[in-house]
Amino acid sequence: MTEYVVRFLVGGVVVSAFAMLGDVLRPKSFAGLFAAAPSVALATLGIVVYQHGASYAAQQSFSMMAGAIALAIYCVVVCHLLVRARLRAAPASLLSLVAWLIAAFGLRALAGGQT
Amino acid sequence: MTTSIRFSPSSLREGRWHEYLIRFTLGGAATVFTGFVSSRYGASVGGLFLALPAIFCASATLIEKHEIRRKQEAGLPGERRGREAAALDAAGAALGAFGMLAFAIMFSFLVERSVTAAFAGASLAWLAVSVAAWFMRRKMASVARRRTAERTRLRDVAG
Repeated sequence: MTEYVVRFLVGGVVVSAFAMLGDVLRPKSFAGLFAAAPSVALATLGIVVYQHGASYAAQQSFSMMAGAIALAIYCVVVCHLLVRARLRAAPASLLSLVAWLIAAFGLRALAGGQT
Repeated sequence: MTTSIRFSPSSLREGRWHEYLIRFTLGGAATVFTGFVSSRYGASVGGLFLALPAIFCASATLIEKHEIRRKQEAGLPGERRGREAAALDAAGAALGAFGMLAFAIMFSFLVERSVTAAFAGASLAWLAVSVAAWFMRRKMASVARRRTAERTRLRDVAG
């Protein structure tokens, strides 16, 4: 239980810090870089290294590569839904999560489940 | 066209306290969820979720909402401008995803040698690749704009 409380607090602080940095930066496309900051990864990997060791963290970060490529695909899908389909931000970003899931697990399957 | 990256601290005043609370909660929840997935399905599946765009939904919605509010205060509808602002954020995030990929590559390469070097190297790789990708895209857009203007000018001269 304590582990999850620590995860929640550390994750909340790191994610909020990157999000606020994105808020104060201009132009907006540059601030968007911080929307894809590895904030959850930083919070999680720190705890993982402490709890399970470097080898486990290496395995996770290796798999994260597929997630990052899926994130790029997700962002392109969000952009298209906003500009071409004229959806609002909330439905566009939520619907696109399907694209992220398909891309992430698809890439993992392509790599034989190793990534 | 000049590229000017600048700080706009006044943007923080546009946010409401509950919006920051939502982001904190979502960030915390995403980190807990990633930990839960890792312990239930293993490091490989859990690793995918390190790149989950968990707070992107909240951030994009806030950006859209702030832009609409700003336009409405000026007596304009603002829906289109709100969507465009969120789309610009998504375009930037797509470039940031390459930075995240660089982070993952660097971290997995270094962590078994030195944990400190892994965090420092991966964070630097994220920043360098993201910023370089942004400048490159900016440059390409500016070249494309110049070519279009030149083509239009030549067509006008010929016509």
